[in-house]
Amino acid sequence: MKHFIALTLALTLQATAADWQQFRGPQGNGVTSERNLPITLGEKNLKWTVPLPGRGLSGALVIGEKIIVTCSSGITQNRLHILALNAKDGSLIWHRQFWATGRTMCHGKTSVAAPTPCSDGKNIFAVFSSNDVICLDLDGNLQWLRGLTTDYANVSNSLGMSSSPLLIGRAVIVQVENDSESYTLALNKRTGVNLWKLNRPKAANWTSPVRLTNTLIGLQSKNGIDAIRAADGTKAWSYDGGASTIPSSTLRGGVLYIPSHGITALEINKADAENTPKELWQSRRLSPGTGSPVVLGDKVFATNNAGVITAGNLKTGERLWQTRLKGPFSATHVATTTHLYCVNEAGLLQIVDTRGKEGEITGTLNLDDQILGSPAVGGGAIYVRSNGKLFKVSK
Amino acid sequence: MRSISTNLIVLAICCTASAASISDSLKTIRAVGPEGKGNAAAAQAWQSLAQAKPAALPQILAAMDGANPLAANWLRAAVDTIASRAKDLPQMELMKFIADQKHDPRARRLAYELIKNANPQLAAKLIPGLLNDPSVELRRDAVQRVIDQGADLKKINKADLAQKQYRIALDAARDIDQIKTITAALRALGQEVDLPHHFGFLMHWKVVGPFDNTDRSGFAKIFPPENKIDFTTTHDGKAGKVKWSPFVTANEYGMVDINKAYPGPGDGLKEVTAYAYTEYNAAAARAVELRLGCKNAWKIWHNGKLIFGRDEYHRGIRIDQYKLNVQLAKGRNTLLVKLCQNEQQQDWTKEWQFQLRVCDPTGTAILAADRPPTPKTGTNNNQPANPTRKPRK
Repeated sequence: MKHFIALTLALTLQATAADWQQFRGPQGNGVTSERNLPITLGEKNLKWTVPLPGRGLSGALVIGEKIIVTCSSGITQNRLHILALNAKDGSLIWHRQFWATGRTMCHGKTSVAAPTPCSDGKNIFAVFSSNDVICLDLDGNLQWLRGLTTDYANVSNSLGMSSSPLLIGRAVIVQVENDSESYTLALNKRTGVNLWKLNRPKAANWTSPVRLTNTLIGLQSKNGIDAIRAADGTKAWSYDGGASTIPSSTLRGGVLYIPSHGITALEINKADAENTPKELWQSRRLSPGTGSPVVLGDKVFATNNAGVITAGNLKTGERLWQTRLKGPFSATHVATTTHLYCVNEAGLLQIVDTRGKEGEITGTLNLDDQILGSPAVGGGAIYVRSNGKLFKVSK
Repeated sequence: MRSISTNLIVLAICCTASAASISDSLKTIRAVGPEGKGNAAAAQAWQSLAQAKPAALPQILAAMDGANPLAANWLRAAVDTIASRAKDLPQMELMKFIADQKHDPRARRLAYELIKNANPQLAAKLIPGLLNDPSVELRRDAVQRVIDQGADLKKINKADLAQKQYRIALDAARDIDQIKTITAALRALGQEVDLPHHFGFLMHWKVVGPFDNTDRSGFAKIFPPENKIDFTTTHDGKAGKVKWSPFVTANEYGMVDINKAYPGPGDGLKEVTAYAYTEYNAAAARAVELRLGCKNAWKIWHNGKLIFGRDEYHRGIRIDQYKLNVQLAKGRNTLLVKLCQNEQQQDWTKEWQFQLRVCDPTGTAILAADRPPTPKTGTNNNQPANPTRKPRK
């Protein structure tokens, strides 16, 4: 009993509400509850920079005092890396390497370490563009692995895969959709075996699954959104208005903001989420480029490929203001309750105060490296990874 | 005395048990298979294996010999874990492991990296002897050393000696970036480089088409060449009768550009399918890799048997994009490639081409016994074929 209590306490301490355990953070929408992030920036805010052993645009995870990062290296990027670094000083805690079992070809801009891993605070679930799925505990001990291209030989995309995994219930949802053999799988998070495998539209798709409720996930594709029951992979409802295959949908307050015809807002049925949702509005003036929409306060934000960020009214979709940032952006922004943290492809971190009549840039910091992955937030710090480095920025 | 004997017996039992435990763990891990088969048992075995002492590393590395790629990764994680907490590695045993080229190439590279981390000077001594190693990763470092020597000689105007080093490097090089670097250096010195020969690209083909691929239906549809290769017969193509004709590529990366066989209007034909056929005379029966680069939908048959196919269009092409294991028969082998072009109209969708080579697992070209000289000129038909291309929108 003593051991059980100690273990429970240890796990609780390891994984706190402030942890950043998946793509776009604890709620999967890019918003953090952290209140101690800097709102102005200078060189003093760059606390440390450490080299990484490979390329990548996956976001980091923050789990307690550990920062988890994935990378790929080698001429064909066939070496996969998962690292744990110390949040205090960036020192290496552990480093595990694997050989890619699937194809590693991808567009020169992206890399095999594109999907952001996820964690339940006990284990880490890392997915790579080679469709290798690897589960380690927080001490780097291997729990299980899968090679989805060894199982399903045509699961791959010659431009690269990037969908980030999602944990729900006892499943790790892995969306491996492409032009050929196209699936979404639910893997048992304890063993890695299939809980279910769903045929999906045969089309390249770089979006990530979204948790709609505790039992439903949203799978985005060129056709729109399918609400899928996490327990068995059956479909509850579909929105078939088409959707982007690059930026992912964002859920906030029971409303799903889909990159579809600009942005389309769907209200999940409060009484019964399995019923068809209600379309609230559609706005073509909100046009997300590569990064996903962010919802903050009473506004929804979309940044286009030219680096112009547009704020829309959350209830109507009406355009409120636009601010030109220095773009272009590949990384999805992250946000506190008041500010957006936006890092462009050249490594310029820009902080935008969203409270005024238009966006105000309150701080910039040039990290001077190609950055394509969304930042992670935890312990009062922002962690940004480039193709070769990890940066810690804090007050 | 009795006490010492007892202790020795206990120690012997422990050692035997430990060895047995490692052996059992390795067996369990090697049994992992598709779709997570064996994962649960492997996880338990791994926990035990990862507790092994560093002295067990050569045994674990040796277990990678013949292991499937998933099992190899399980083993690799155990090696990383054991090595990360080891104060001393069994360096001499690891050196012996590297020296034995019968071991799995990646396991040998891993052993090398363990030594390199622990004792960089010792690792550096190995490099000159790795120039023709079965591990492509090991040979890469050795090739780079020779490239650097060539560059140094060139800097001091010893062109003849530089050429010699570059030739040695080229013979050993298997990575495309190194081959390109060496080729550029040799050509800058006025030397000829026969890249198709180095890579083993197949340059001489017969082609037939265009057949239909409207709405991408041609990929699944069986056209006559899939049933029988008959060069004397005409077939019903997309817009009339079609027949086989010779096609030669002179592209130094072996690109078989079907648009040069059937140059439609504008950027080329769309929604069409073609076949390319060649024969390969193998000096001996043996396992090889067919390595294909292609950005169109494709299928490939060896001696009439479908090897693989993929219905992806215009997502990119690179050398050795697909590696397909086949068993060559001694003498005549047939290769048939089906190549589908889709409806897309963007500038980056006009390519209708592939490159194919025959090699061993290191990427070393396995040349046909009767390989003709590398052609200087290739097929390039100027007359448009049947105008089946849709107008641009």
